Amino acid sequence: MFKRLGEVGAAVAITVDGKPIRARVGDTVAVALLAAGIDHCRTTPVTGAPRAPYCLMGVCFDCLVTVDGVGSRQGCLVPVRDGMKIETQQGKREAGR
Amino acid sequence: MRTADVVVIGGGIHGCSTALHLALRGLKPILVEKDYAGRHASGVNAGGVRQLARDLAEIPLSISSMDLWEKIEDLVGDDCGFTNNGTVLVAENDEELASFRARVDDLRMRGYTHEELIGRDELKRLVPAVSDHCPGGVVSRRDGAADPFRTTQAFRKRAIERGAEVIEGVTVTGLARVGDVWRVETSAGPIEAPKVVNAAGAWADRIAAMLGEPVPLTVVAPMLMVTSRLPAFIDPVVILRGRKLSFKQLDNGTVVIGGGHLAVPYRDRNETVIDWTKLAISARTVWELFPAMRIATIVRAWAGIEAYMPDGIPVVGPSATSEGVYHQFGFSTHGFQLGPGTGAMMAELVATGATNVPIDGLGIERFGTLKPG
Amino acid sequence: MNASYDVIVVGAGPAGLAAASVTARAGLSTLLLDENPGVGGQIYRGITSTPVSNRAILGEDYWVGTALAADAKTSGAEIVNGATVWSLDPERLVGVSIAGQARLIQAKRVIVATGSQERPFPIPGWTLPGVMTGGAAQTALKAYGMVPDGHTVLAGSGPLLWLLAAQLLRARVKLDAILDTTPRLNWVRALVGLPDFLLSPYFGKGLKLLREVRGKVPIFHAAHIEAVGTDRLTEVVFDGRRLPADLLLLHQGVVPNVNLAMAAGVAHEWNERQLCFQPVLDADFGSSVPGIAVAGDGAGIGGATAAAERGRIAGFAAVRALRPEASVPDTQALRQKLQREEMGRAFLDWLYRPAESFRRPTGDTVACRCEEVTAEQVRVTARMGCEGPNQMKAFLRCGMGPCQGRLCGLTVTELIAAEREVSPAEVGYYRLRPPVKPITLGELASLPIAEAERKAVER
Repeated sequence: MFKRLGEVGAAVAITVDGKPIRARVGDTVAVALLAAGIDHCRTTPVTGAPRAPYCLMGVCFDCLVTVDGVGSRQGCLVPVRDGMKIETQQGKREAGR
Repeated sequence: MRTADVVVIGGGIHGCSTALHLALRGLKPILVEKDYAGRHASGVNAGGVRQLARDLAEIPLSISSMDLWEKIEDLVGDDCGFTNNGTVLVAENDEELASFRARVDDLRMRGYTHEELIGRDELKRLVPAVSDHCPGGVVSRRDGAADPFRTTQAFRKRAIERGAEVIEGVTVTGLARVGDVWRVETSAGPIEAPKVVNAAGAWADRIAAMLGEPVPLTVVAPMLMVTSRLPAFIDPVVILRGRKLSFKQLDNGTVVIGGGHLAVPYRDRNETVIDWTKLAISARTVWELFPAMRIATIVRAWAGIEAYMPDGIPVVGPSATSEGVYHQFGFSTHGFQLGPGTGAMMAELVATGATNVPIDGLGIERFGTLKPG
Repeated sequence: MNASYDVIVVGAGPAGLAAASVTARAGLSTLLLDENPGVGGQIYRGITSTPVSNRAILGEDYWVGTALAADAKTSGAEIVNGATVWSLDPERLVGVSIAGQARLIQAKRVIVATGSQERPFPIPGWTLPGVMTGGAAQTALKAYGMVPDGHTVLAGSGPLLWLLAAQLLRARVKLDAILDTTPRLNWVRALVGLPDFLLSPYFGKGLKLLREVRGKVPIFHAAHIEAVGTDRLTEVVFDGRRLPADLLLLHQGVVPNVNLAMAAGVAHEWNERQLCFQPVLDADFGSSVPGIAVAGDGAGIGGATAAAERGRIAGFAAVRALRPEASVPDTQALRQKLQREEMGRAFLDWLYRPAESFRRPTGDTVACRCEEVTAEQVRVTARMGCEGPNQMKAFLRCGMGPCQGRLCGLTVTELIAAEREVSPAEVGYYRLRPPVKPITLGELASLPIAEAERKAVER
């Protein structure tokens, strides 16, 4: 869906559902997922429909992911960090999993 | 001039229920509501349908109400989202559990069996997610929860279908005896009726004052907050005694957290201001009782404006000064469950002059010694 | 960070940066909070960190932000990024979370500079992965140096759509098509504003952008658009034609981001020309709540240059209120400049007024993305007598998901208005409840105890 104009910025190693992904310093989680070609980051709690980041500006809450065990974080507002563990969210995935 | 058999002031669950039950008795009520039905406490409360832990004076009303809740769909044509997975009062230590035991024993002696003492094992069975420090509690198994706005709207709708008139966005500005009827002045013109029911919630003291019957009503706004949808993990409603908490998960997965921490109410502006420092205390309580909730996200907090009486129980019964006027307000943050039964009782009282449901101790005359103001 | 400040500015876009610079330079303790990783807001997103080194791609208007950011940085204002403001109350107590730690901070004055968001664009399939906003693509480019890859279609109307197209073309992105949804008859109503527009800076810039894009991308007029795919977008269908697509970028203008100001109790009114709610403000951008001002696009859409000027005016008002002895420059010249900026706006608003069919969806089209409530559900419920958005919330749960109405509020208001055949002004908007951004229970529990004791509120 997206590609980088150039390979700027140092690499950051994160995992998405356990799989290693190379992000860049300065990326947010949502952008790292888009750059890695991950085509959805969650399914909805109501019908289970797949969703991907929509607005990238903190408004839509479609980029909700679990970051280091904390569910429903806005991926577009969380900068990546080395070793960060991202999990895509399936439906009502939050506390009490 | 509009006329009716009864003017009901206030479109909360109590006013709507009373209007419905009056209509069911063949009377013609007009309900006057200043905003819209369910705008305040009745539409935005925690939805608890609880007989558990009630004041002795309220228990007969509460039990009669429960009978109606269990056939709510027959009554109003909507299941109101009512579920009955019980309410559990959790003891956080042995001293609390001992006091609960004394209460349950006392109720048994009075012939009430709806409250049942439970130990650690039964508590864990009913509420597996509860923290291990809790030694037991009390359960009322017929209790449950319902959708407050939907319930209030269902009563309103059914009342209209059965012949009640509901006028919304209209304020009562005066109340005076004219011959043998009451003349209710409103922002949409006067209405005359032989009987009036004051179910005006947080504004009911103003109606009472029009009758020369001041009451020491405090305007409060208990706060609630709700999480985003979580996987199902708890069935009953959980409440505490030592700390303020009510906790329930709805069918849609969201968890509603309340318990009586208060927002700042502005009743003339229909506004409340959330006090986050108190909700933070709620958050800590939840965290300690249900550790898994720590990472749940809070998506909304709100508060509904309602009336609180000095003794924490409602004002139900005839006016002490004005024949033909009845009071039904001051439910002191726990009136939702009482709505169906109190409406039925009130309709009976208005229509026949008497009721089979005991309401001793709830009359307005109990404030008679207080000075006006 | 302190427990209290003279001024808290929320949002570090052009209005917030300008306002904070003014108040900090006047000696007021100033805290500027922004939820994004860097300053600039959306229009200057990534201004201090963008990996896009070829300045021509983003255009000179973008780089104006550099000076604003630098000015704020040296002003003495305390600037905190990654700070999510989740509450503002009428007593100007600000609830904010930073790195998982919540706190309450008291301000004497608050300047809300939360800017704008893109207008909801509810078409069939708009929830599919592969459908994004035009603004999202612009953010990806500005802040992260990322551009669309694969078959890309832009759809909608408004100046920002053409700016985005131009920027992507400069970055050598192939665009498969632009679907222009501007209703053709809009010209008629817009003509009245034409003379003012010709005198405004928008005129020259707009013409240049159109020239830059035309000829390089097939442009179609579209009255109906559908995003098609099962688990992700594969096709865009419009007016009976089909295009294969990996990415559909939607944009039909921006509207004020009202959540924080509304939750604080600031009175809002319907703007019929811009088809949105905006705060009721005085000449200094002061709101109906004493001590709370709203500057920038959040005060009504006016664009980036106007936003900075509004921010300065609001900043000077705070200085006059808190330090009456301070010498404040005459804001007359500033106001005149602002007026010139805003002059051309009427023409643009009428010209790019989004079509009713793209604002008032029908059938199974999702209106509320969070709770997956369809347009038909909202319409049927309105026809059954549900008169307002708050009752609608209770009936259908629309607006009760995590986005808190941001992407359905205007749609639901307009749908109810359509069914009741009244103005959206009469229908009103959701009553917004804090937290305006979700916080975890753990964050809330982390509010320091000392502060909990400090605010013992009398009833």
